[in-house]
Amino acid sequence: MSATAGLAVGFDGIVKRFGPVEVLHGVSFDLEPGKVYGLLGENGAGKSTLMKILAGYEQPSEGLVLIDGEPAAFAGSREAEAKGIVLIHQEFNLADDLTIAGNIFLGHERRKGWLLDEDAMRSGAQTALDQVGLARAPDTPVRRLIVAEKQLVEIAKALSRKARLLIMDEPTATLTPSEAGKLFALIERMRAEGITVIYISHKLDEVERITDEVIVMRDGRFVGRAPTASLTRHAMATMMVGREIADLFPEKIAADSALPPALAVENFSVPGWASDISFTVRPGEILGFAGLVGAGRTELFEGILGLRPGSGTIRRDGKLIQLRSPRDATRHGLAYLSEDRKGKGLHIDFPLRPNLTLMALERYAKPLLDHEAEQRALEAAIGEFGIRAGSLGMRAASLSGGNQQKLALAKVLHPEPRVLILDEPTRGVDVGAKREIYFLIQKLAAQGLALIVISSELIELIGLAHRVAVMREGRLVATVEGDEMTEATMIAHATGTRHVAA
Amino acid sequence: MSQPDTAERAEARAREATVPLGDRIAAFGPIIGLVLLCAAGATLNSDFATLDNALNVLTRTAFIGIIAVGMCFVIILGGIDLSVGSMAALIAGCVILFINWAASAFGSPLMAVIGGAALAVVLGGVFGLLHGILIAKGRIEPFIVTLGTLGIYRAYLTYFADGGALTLDNALADLYAPVYYGSFLGVPIPVWVFLLVALLGALILNRTIFGRHVQAIGSNETVARYAAVDVERVKILTYMLLGLCVGVATLLYVPRLGSASPTTGLLWELEAIAAVIVGGAALKGGHGSITGTVIGAILLSVISNILNLTSLISVYLNAAVQGFVIITVAFLQKGRR
Repeated sequence: MSATAGLAVGFDGIVKRFGPVEVLHGVSFDLEPGKVYGLLGENGAGKSTLMKILAGYEQPSEGLVLIDGEPAAFAGSREAEAKGIVLIHQEFNLADDLTIAGNIFLGHERRKGWLLDEDAMRSGAQTALDQVGLARAPDTPVRRLIVAEKQLVEIAKALSRKARLLIMDEPTATLTPSEAGKLFALIERMRAEGITVIYISHKLDEVERITDEVIVMRDGRFVGRAPTASLTRHAMATMMVGREIADLFPEKIAADSALPPALAVENFSVPGWASDISFTVRPGEILGFAGLVGAGRTELFEGILGLRPGSGTIRRDGKLIQLRSPRDATRHGLAYLSEDRKGKGLHIDFPLRPNLTLMALERYAKPLLDHEAEQRALEAAIGEFGIRAGSLGMRAASLSGGNQQKLALAKVLHPEPRVLILDEPTRGVDVGAKREIYFLIQKLAAQGLALIVISSELIELIGLAHRVAVMREGRLVATVEGDEMTEATMIAHATGTRHVAA
Repeated sequence: MSQPDTAERAEARAREATVPLGDRIAAFGPIIGLVLLCAAGATLNSDFATLDNALNVLTRTAFIGIIAVGMCFVIILGGIDLSVGSMAALIAGCVILFINWAASAFGSPLMAVIGGAALAVVLGGVFGLLHGILIAKGRIEPFIVTLGTLGIYRAYLTYFADGGALTLDNALADLYAPVYYGSFLGVPIPVWVFLLVALLGALILNRTIFGRHVQAIGSNETVARYAAVDVERVKILTYMLLGLCVGVATLLYVPRLGSASPTTGLLWELEAIAAVIVGGAALKGGHGSITGTVIGAILLSVISNILNLTSLISVYLNAAVQGFVIITVAFLQKGRR
């Protein structure tokens, strides 16, 4: 076997704990060299953590990683890279101020004596860029690239490291169909060269198209594997979720169509992100927002809520309102749950109590804050939202992803909004918590709240929403409902492959 | 049935133990340090453990301590103020000029002194407001803003004093003196004021919306903004609060020497910041306590007091010893976060 051939990998009883939270509960399976594996699982299934262990970014709490049959304990990603294991992150690991070439060779700089050999790096980078099909000069600062180009630079970086095992975590999340096509051709070529590839994606059609075998994880455990050719997409989805998908979602209750809209947005634009968007949502209605990453959904709503500059008319219960800041939004009964739970949603260093009450502190100030009333509110919220916390005094950081999300939901609901915008409400939570969140959303709708759910998981929107608005490149291109709410239709609208047909 | 239950409870107990333990150590660390230091002081010199000496130490702590209470808010907010020493010097100079002028203009020395004291607080508030606006509205780093004003304030004092010192007229100085030298129930006035400021500070930090918002912004400004906290307003008010504290500290300081010179308040900013950090606050913001700050300020002046009373280490090394203490404390806190 030549030195460039792919690596065989074995996981033997991998356990991983972050503080008190165990996210992997003894994962064992083997990968043969030179095959393309699809690693499937819902958000929070532990795929990314397992791959970070394989690539040396994390150390297992228990268990062994075997590379070509030898136990391997990587102290860091450099050691894993020396073995030829390269992970392309879901979040980019690029230094924005460096050039493309500088990033590709970061940590592996070519040298001429004491000085950098810029020429060698430039030509090396050019070769890698040609391979991924990115037509950009190696001297371009990464800051100037768009998201999809950054993704391709990440892949070029991996290629230049002479990977023998390449792990890609949601590589197409930011790519257009044609760019994704190029990536698939590249994966084909790597397979032909005998490189082992692990491909993580939510997009089952991609998994079906390019992988040899599918491995499924759920809630930190290995649940099964099968040759891709033997599985239907439905079977893959059922394996991921662990139950028939229909069971995940509550029955839809039709909203009263006679009611006037609780929120009506007209011709709203957010410079650089969204233009001329109009939509309405009634009390009791769940309106989904679909679209690719970067389609401008989050930015649109941040604009509406006064978190970034935007313009357009907003009516709440028919009254024209101006939202210049999140305070205005809260005052008018709008609340927003951010997709970025740790960066924008919760103070993870804080205990649970101040997190819960932050948006409704006026209620507890008489004029001094009534800590006991806050504590009672926390106890009530823990019961109502099913937050499983080890102790009431613990920090939010120590909660599991699903429980953090329930706390974040309880927090944005604390000021008792009438319109609730949920951005990726089930990101990074396990299947059980997902189901609870879906039922909670349904319950809120039944109580007469108007809900907007932004999600990248189409299954979620189909299962939950009454109507789904699809955005593409900052424009609202279609609103689908009823029988039209299928994955195929929404993907077609989101990617622009459906040219104003019916 | 009972097994998973106990396992769950054990896990819960483990969580309970892991999380707040660090906080508890952080809260008690400075107290333990202070107690050990006092025990050492008492064994080294019999004069240390006397009521007179204790009140002397507390009186000297009052200026830095009052400023440190305000600084505690700024540091919890995630900011910094390097200008407080210069600000105190300039306020002292302005107050002295005002009182000297007003005594003849108003014809009432008492009114002049009261007006001067009020001016100290007003000036502190105005300077703090200026910082707050530049930082919150102008979006300039607090380090840069206050580095700039650090130079500006001291330069203007030097200019007003023409390079020398501004001095209160003798009669006025005698009238003002009790504010520093007087005592109530046997305890010096500055110590009472320090206590009052600290209590108020603790109340504001822990029991008001403003205090909660300060902590929220320092812990994560973006999360606070998304949670509809008026970040700009809270920032401006926090710097103003520190300015007011500097004003109060200065109004106590002026009668002590009755003069202000270019060396007045030199390095106070560092002592105030050090007191907050020794008291367990994180310089990156989000976390800190008034009690800790008060203890930190006392601890630092106890160190210099012990050096003064004993010949163990030269008094000239006072700042060095404080420096070692600060670095040690920071090192001990490192494992906590």
